[in-house]
Amino acid sequence: MNVNEIVLDILNGITGTDFSKDMDADIFMSGLVDSMATVELLLELQDKFGIDVPISEFNREDWKSANKIIQKVESLQ
Amino acid sequence: MINLQPYESPGYFGLIIGLLLPIIIGLFYGKRLVIYETIFSLTFLVLTFGGKDWHQGLALIGYVLFELIVIFAYSKYRLKRNRTSVFIIAVLLAIAPLIVVKMTPLFTIKSSLIGFLGISYLTFKSVQMVMEMRDGAIKEFEPILFVRFLLFFPTISSGPIDRFRRFKTDYVNAPERDKYVTMIGKAVKYLFLGFLYKFILGYFFGKVLLPVLAHESLAQRAAFFHTGLSWPLIEYMYTYSMYLFFDFAGYSLFAIAISYLMGIESPLNFNQPFKSHNVKDFWNRWHMSLSFWFRDYVFMRLTFFLMKHKIFKNRIHVSQVAYLANFLIMGFWHGVTWYYILYGAFHAVAIIINDIWLRFKKKHQVPSNRWTKGLAIFITFNVVCFSFLIFSGFLNTLWFK
Repeated sequence: MNVNEIVLDILNGITGTDFSKDMDADIFMSGLVDSMATVELLLELQDKFGIDVPISEFNREDWKSANKIIQKVESLQ
Repeated sequence: MINLQPYESPGYFGLIIGLLLPIIIGLFYGKRLVIYETIFSLTFLVLTFGGKDWHQGLALIGYVLFELIVIFAYSKYRLKRNRTSVFIIAVLLAIAPLIVVKMTPLFTIKSSLIGFLGISYLTFKSVQMVMEMRDGAIKEFEPILFVRFLLFFPTISSGPIDRFRRFKTDYVNAPERDKYVTMIGKAVKYLFLGFLYKFILGYFFGKVLLPVLAHESLAQRAAFFHTGLSWPLIEYMYTYSMYLFFDFAGYSLFAIAISYLMGIESPLNFNQPFKSHNVKDFWNRWHMSLSFWFRDYVFMRLTFFLMKHKIFKNRIHVSQVAYLANFLIMGFWHGVTWYYILYGAFHAVAIIINDIWLRFKKKHQVPSNRWTKGLAIFITFNVVCFSFLIFSGFLNTLWFK
């Protein structure tokens, strides 16, 4: 699986929603991802990609859609 | 010597706008007048913490020196090592002055010698430094910038609570002219809205209606099996809620307006909280700079820790424990009295029930139309107003005084 698929898979696992059709949908505004889900997302990313994102560095603006998460993951890898 | 409390009198506004003019003109031409701004800020700090409140001024100086030592020492340590125990000690030290001040009323009727107006707000700014150094987000300690951040006087007494890195970006750059002109426009709007909120609506609810309703409620102490539950008490609940919102939102607007005029975009505190459709939504709209602080520095860190070390098997339990801790700490932060702590516990339970409902809604078909949406807002509003009745401390007077 590539980064795209893994990220979509993680998001699907946390929110129960498939974002592959709408990669730019705002995951925070829709209420699908709350603070708890955010922490799960960070832990999953740490687990799957070995990237370490401290909570201080987590800026909602930079992580607000599937596409933005993929961009972030790729830049941190 | 004179003493002026922030945003209380027309004189204060006259003085502040007058003395701000050079700064405004400077920023309009893209320059920060650092020396003038320093003298200007010191003047207002002396006006707030001088005169009859001189002992608070001393306490403030002591507090700043203490936090400087703690954070400086931690930043030096963090360059070399990163042990969790040292981090915890640094956090405890950073909040120690606040804990002493908050615990003092339990033992004596005198207020603490080390207390001063705004200590609880300054503590949020100090603790976040330690947390962000732990994360490696702040690497180098800049004492002068930190003191500027801590003592930024428009927000010193009651927030909004800013973040160091955000403040620093605003502070080291003067805003572009277009942007600054927009900020001035907003500041003017916020000032007038603040006058309407704090001095007209807040005054009407808090100073005109509330004393009458308090008097009537107290006259009916024996009502409803000696619980004191009466119509005036219910009116008190809604009136107090309106007062709390307009008074605090009004103050926040003033603080933000003055920040904007100084070229600093202090975060907003309120976003139409009474329109919230559930308790979770409410905490994204009410006293936002505080609730987001708790979200980022307490809730998320705690859930991260609990999940990473797999303390609980079930993720739902993780969030519930974290909500309880989060809101109880928030309750204690308001003050060590039964009603502030109950206020925290009440919101923790409310948000846990809210989450159970949201999970239920995800799995089952629940009708959604304008009536159910209206009902959701109505229920949330009443839950929130009831929590404010607890928060007001009036029940303490009604039942125990």
